[in-house]
Amino acid sequence: MGILEGKRILVAGVTMDSSIGFAVARTAQEQGATVVISNFGRALGITRRIAGRLPEPAPVIELDVSDDEHLATLGDRLREHVDGLDGLVHSIAYGNPETVLGGGFLGAPWADVAQAVQVSGYSLAAVTEAVLPMLSRGSSVVGMTFDATVAWPAYNWMGVAKASLESTARYLARDLGAQGIRVNLVAAGPLQTLAAKAIPGFEQLEGMWAERSPLGWDHQDTGPTARSVVGLLSDFFPATTGEIVHVDGGYHAMGA
Amino acid sequence: MATTEEIRASLADIVNEVAGIPADDVQLDKSFVDDLDVDSLSMVEVVVAAEEKFDVKIPDDEVKNLKTVGDAVAFIERQLS
Ligand SMILES: NC(=O)c1ccc[n+]([C@@H]2O[C@H](COP(=O)([O-])OP(=O)(O)OC[C@H]3O[C@@H](n4cnc5c(N)ncnc54)[C@H](O)[C@@H]3O)[C@@H](O)[C@H]2O)c1
Repeated sequence: MGILEGKRILVAGVTMDSSIGFAVARTAQEQGATVVISNFGRALGITRRIAGRLPEPAPVIELDVSDDEHLATLGDRLREHVDGLDGLVHSIAYGNPETVLGGGFLGAPWADVAQAVQVSGYSLAAVTEAVLPMLSRGSSVVGMTFDATVAWPAYNWMGVAKASLESTARYLARDLGAQGIRVNLVAAGPLQTLAAKAIPGFEQLEGMWAERSPLGWDHQDTGPTARSVVGLLSDFFPATTGEIVHVDGGYHAMGA
Repeated sequence: MATTEEIRASLADIVNEVAGIPADDVQLDKSFVDDLDVDSLSMVEVVVAAEEKFDVKIPDDEVKNLKTVGDAVAFIERQLS
């Protein structure tokens, strides 16, 4: 018997089988969950093909988190597949790699910064609000961050967007606590996904991460991150909300 | 065992389905980016579809070496042999 037996989960942000969201969907299915996955725009075609690589076929729905119409109809479109939701996984981020990521920090146009913050931070609130009527006591919302308390090479305005995500999660935790809904983030170490490869210079982090982390770190393995997300979706963290769980080999706790 | 032409023709169907390029244009000497206008996102989908179709694995690091249709067909042929 799995730890997500009978639970209905939406995993938003699956493109490739290298996506963190894909590993979450697979692990959630292995643990007994019914999973719906979503993606946006032209990447949706890839998602439809990749869904076939999950242990069980998962319905794929369209969700561009910056599209008000998609958000307004999300609940109805989800109800075609599930009658409620026990878990929402937000595994979405975007920043223009030419302006807000890589190179220097200064000079990024506000429109591109605004887009990064909207898609990567604000959208946690927007999607949670869109599915709120389907959530109930014991439901769990989990998002993905990259430790935004410090500055990193190359990460630049995505770091600022992640800071907004982390704060958004705390405010959601505050307001949804009374309904028994938990909101947490997983701060993963660097993983070689499509999004990470699009960040010019992000690979600098990989070597030093493996070296400094007491547990070591495999930037090709999304498994540990996925299992931790599934842990937070389960009933095994019943009194944890507003938290950021580091799944980074212990890197964050070391001074050097 | 599929012939080079059979692999090219199947790949041409995939490129047509993913990127809307006429299958007849997808010839061995054509560059995906320069001649066929297949951008990186479409290329990812072509690769995923080709992996399913031919039951092969095309590693990410290999994709950047597949500049022409001929490169891709040759790679798939090597995997199948
Ligand atoms: N890869 C890493 O090193 C790493 C580390 C820590 C946290 N994260 C976070 O994990 C999450 C998942 O990223 P990933 O590394 O799996 O990369 P990924 O590229 O596989 O996933 C990102 C997803 O976001 C989707 N997306 C982008 N814009 C969108 C929009 N407007 N509407 C809906 N979906 C949109 C993309 O289509 C894609 O499916 C992101 O929040 C990322 O910042 C990644």
